[in-house]
Amino acid sequence: MSTQPAGRNEKVGVYICHCGSNIAGTVDVEGVRDWAAENLAGHGVVIARDNKFMCSSTGQELIEKDIAELGLSRVVVAACSPHMHEKTFRGACERAGLNPYLCELVSIREQVSWVHTDKAAATAKAKAVIAGGVFRVEEHAPLEPIRVPINPATLVVGGGIAGITAALELADAGFPVHVVEREPSIGGHMAMFDKTFPTLDCAACILTPKMNEVGMHPNVTLHTWSEVTDLSGYVGSFTATIRHKARYIKADLCTGCGICQEKCPVKVVDQVYEAGIGYRKSAYMPFPQAVPKVPVIDGPNCTYFSKGTCKACEKFCPTGAIDFTQQDDEVKVEVGNVVLATGFELFDSRRIEQYGYGRLPNVFTSLEFERMSNAAGPTNGRIVLRDGVTEPKSVGIIHCVGSRDRNYNAYCSAICCLQSLKFAHLIGEHTDATVHNFYIDVRTPGKAFDEFYQRVLEEGTIFVRGRPAEVTDALRLPDEADQEGRLIVQVEDSLAGMQRRIPVDMVILSAGLEPPHDAKETAHRFGISCSSDGWVIERHPKLDPVATMTDGVFAAGCALGPRDIPSSVANGAAAAARILGRIQQKVMSLEPVRASVDESRCSGCRICNDLCPYNAILFHEDQMVSEVNAALCQGCGTCVAACPAGAMSGTGFSDAQVMAQIEGLLSVTATGEQRLPHRLLEGVPA
Amino acid sequence: MSAHPVAAPVDGAFEPVILGFTCNWCSYRAADLAGTARIKYPPNVRLVRLMCSGRLDPSFILSAFAQGADAVLVSGCWPGECHYQVQNLKALKRFQLLRRVVTGLGIEPTRLQLVWASAAEGQRLANEIGRITEEVRALGPLGWGGAAAAGPPVGAGAEPPGVASAAPPAVRDLTEVPA
Repeated sequence: MSTQPAGRNEKVGVYICHCGSNIAGTVDVEGVRDWAAENLAGHGVVIARDNKFMCSSTGQELIEKDIAELGLSRVVVAACSPHMHEKTFRGACERAGLNPYLCELVSIREQVSWVHTDKAAATAKAKAVIAGGVFRVEEHAPLEPIRVPINPATLVVGGGIAGITAALELADAGFPVHVVEREPSIGGHMAMFDKTFPTLDCAACILTPKMNEVGMHPNVTLHTWSEVTDLSGYVGSFTATIRHKARYIKADLCTGCGICQEKCPVKVVDQVYEAGIGYRKSAYMPFPQAVPKVPVIDGPNCTYFSKGTCKACEKFCPTGAIDFTQQDDEVKVEVGNVVLATGFELFDSRRIEQYGYGRLPNVFTSLEFERMSNAAGPTNGRIVLRDGVTEPKSVGIIHCVGSRDRNYNAYCSAICCLQSLKFAHLIGEHTDATVHNFYIDVRTPGKAFDEFYQRVLEEGTIFVRGRPAEVTDALRLPDEADQEGRLIVQVEDSLAGMQRRIPVDMVILSAGLEPPHDAKETAHRFGISCSSDGWVIERHPKLDPVATMTDGVFAAGCALGPRDIPSSVANGAAAAARILGRIQQKVMSLEPVRASVDESRCSGCRICNDLCPYNAILFHEDQMVSEVNAALCQGCGTCVAACPAGAMSGTGFSDAQVMAQIEGLLSVTATGEQRLPHRLLEGVPA
Repeated sequence: MSAHPVAAPVDGAFEPVILGFTCNWCSYRAADLAGTARIKYPPNVRLVRLMCSGRLDPSFILSAFAQGADAVLVSGCWPGECHYQVQNLKALKRFQLLRRVVTGLGIEPTRLQLVWASAAEGQRLANEIGRITEEVRALGPLGWGGAAAAGPPVGAGAEPPGVASAAPPAVRDLTEVPA
């Protein structure tokens, strides 16, 4: 095997973690340790040690002690993923006076012991992985982290309860916040609800004060009826482009009196706030407590825009605030951090045809029922059939619609059980109807949830365990003749062990939650990852639940997955706390992974220029050389790979480092033997 | 979740070494996820982490073949999901060109494969690694220019005909690349 190039005199320490039995159960850790000490000595390994838990203080002290006593100049730790503990071991090196970038963490847990079962093969692979790390670390150079200032302003995307909470926490701490909301008002889904489970608090009563606080806060800039169209930059200094959709109403002149809405002759079914069961005007505020109290004119539905006449709103507006000439405009805001609180959309129940939603009038979705039960909703809180007058005598509530179903979404939507219990309670409160709840399991893990379930049971709600096969208006059995005009829920009652056909007047589908339809585009725009379901992936599902993989971009509320109001609030506050910590520090250290040009080797071919999506590469016409703007460079390395002259180099992922790692990884065969250098490679410079 | 069937290695049978290039944001995290979820795949693959598949210098791949890799796996974020906007598409372009080049050098295209995997697709990455391992196992060692002499024993009849004879001049070119 090859040895260290002449003139290089690195002293490498190799540390192999047992991780309890997580690694040691599949990899012969002691064997690998002895092998490394013996076989990698030619690559400067002067010490190889193992430890039960390298991340423990004793493990880290081993490294620190060896750096001090043996004068180690490089450290390789073979343990978990670098995404887990790279910082830990770099910290240990730094404490002992070794530049942290001279430490390399190689993964023999996530990529070896946890994914392989054959101990011999896993041990052989661990050797190869460690050799890769040792070969690579020889090529490392001391680096200094890039220190970036943190702009104290924050962008909050989404004005639901999670976004509102994050915004208020940040604004109350004295820092500027930009809240961007797609709809004309903040409030999100919570603003549609009448009651919240399990306490039956009035949703509007607890939400509207918060909305007003955001609206009035001197540190908050609201961008409603707006969307973020672009985010550039990096943690500490992002630039967000926000598109303000034309409101056709001058916000500075509008007093929110509502006369335009009153005079507007066009009625439109409100698919958003009224969930499709109520109307709004073309000039409208979605609800009376809207924040900001400025209506919008819905261009596509406005008579003036389609026919060129009307302008009733303009005629009657007492302050002359109507402006049909308004255009969409864009603003750019500078922020240091971002909170994504983009919420959810309701599962489209039409997809489950056998439940008849959209075909059978008296099948409702949960959001429709929320609006119906709301005293400020289209029926003024009366629970009635689609005809708008008849009170149901019997209601069936179907749980898990589109959730826990391999055909649609495998996950549990978390809120539907309690929501369905709330519906059962509200129906009992407002009507004399019998309520059947069709469930698979009733899941009540939250505070006071099960007590609420017991209460609803005691109120006489009937629970039928079984996922209904069908909701139909077809009467099939002789004894159903008198059920004309009603709905039949066909279900296998799995506790009674029989098929049942239960006649009801109204069916409510407790539909699951799905990511917003444009969640993938949002993720791409903000440079973060989504699960295959479309929910934002946390940096760590347990220990870092509101951060994302992208520094400076946090997420809160249902953007992360289905959750209830208390959890969304907790997320919002947690994201704010994380951001406040950074703002207080004023500067943050970033990985020094950047490209740079050796001008003496640059031929000015400009191949790299067009490869950079961040326009970080400038070309100096006078000197015919390219230069990388380190502030714009994100470190992807595409230009490094493309440069035909080898003039472009990538800090942290240099050609020499990657080549050395490849050589190391391939220096061990599948059976753990040392692979001899290829005979054709003899004499070829490495 | 159904794991890809992993054939048990037979004593003395050919076990390929596959070098995998992953990107920091998607496919490396998919590999991490496979680990966290204890999804099993064959131990034949060894992964290199790059920041982006766009960082993948074709010479890395040629160097891997030259140093005894039986196959190379290139992976990155799905098109449209690149952490660096569109750099994976540049990797795709290079990949397609390079695949033609290595085919011209007498290396079967099966030995150079591209797999997109998002950070959520641990299972998919594991399945693909399983599939590629089996395909390469069936193909036998990269049998050009005496690699077999330096590598593990060759499975009976596994060496593809005609490859060894086509290779020597090409190898000489290859080895100059990683200088």
